[in-house]
Amino acid sequence: MHLALFLIFGALCVAGALNLLLQRHPINSALSLIVVMSSLAVLYLLLGAEFLAAAQVIVYSGAIMVLFTFVIMLLNAGREERTRGSKMAYVIGFPGAAVLLALLADIFITHSGEFHRVHAGEYVVSTAALSGVLFRDLLLPFEVTSILILIAILGAVALARKEH
Amino acid sequence: MVPISWYLILSAVLFSIGVAAFFIKRNIITVFMSIELMLNAVNLTFVGFAQQWHEVSGQIFVFFVMVVAAAEAAVGLAIIIAVFRARSTLNVDQIDLMKL
Repeated sequence: MHLALFLIFGALCVAGALNLLLQRHPINSALSLIVVMSSLAVLYLLLGAEFLAAAQVIVYSGAIMVLFTFVIMLLNAGREERTRGSKMAYVIGFPGAAVLLALLADIFITHSGEFHRVHAGEYVVSTAALSGVLFRDLLLPFEVTSILILIAILGAVALARKEH
Repeated sequence: MVPISWYLILSAVLFSIGVAAFFIKRNIITVFMSIELMLNAVNLTFVGFAQQWHEVSGQIFVFFVMVVAAAEAAVGLAIIIAVFRARSTLNVDQIDLMKL
């Protein structure tokens, strides 16, 4: 069951990410990114992170991606055109990413004996346990993030405002 | 039963696709979206290691990454709107005022 869910949603993640890479129109890329983020929420549930799965759906595939699609529609972004710079990027980008992937996969495979196997529901962090740490031990960082969000709102309004 | 290393390899695949998209995409909004993809891949690693060591702090990290990503998306998209107003293009090759 766990293996089947992992394979289905892992494949969905990789397919969505590849679609983001291959699509030419930004709105298609945005929609495939929503697929990636929603399937990641299921993987978080399999890893026993129930609060983060809900937050992933609400914050990432809800709020952030709605912002992205709004901006794409607002700016009327069309298909991207190929330029001389994009040929250079193809030459550097694909081999660079392949080397990075080979490196990371090599590290993870050589150390794979040290990792556990996940049994679904074996270790689930409840929202109560998470909020206990967040509001008791890490109260100051949590409050600082609220100031960060406030500054981000003010900055976004100031930057996006029309100049007179 | 799935080994944690499979989750880590999946996140490595997602991160590498994000890096490739960051290099190859020419639209500034899609470049920004590939940064979000990389952040998500790293979040999956954090949750995987939280499961590995049975620690809550990995998940706390993901929470803070989400908060910072939300703030970053709001400010970044506002900057993109401002750039589009000034240059009326979204192509990163044409936004090269600071190039020598």
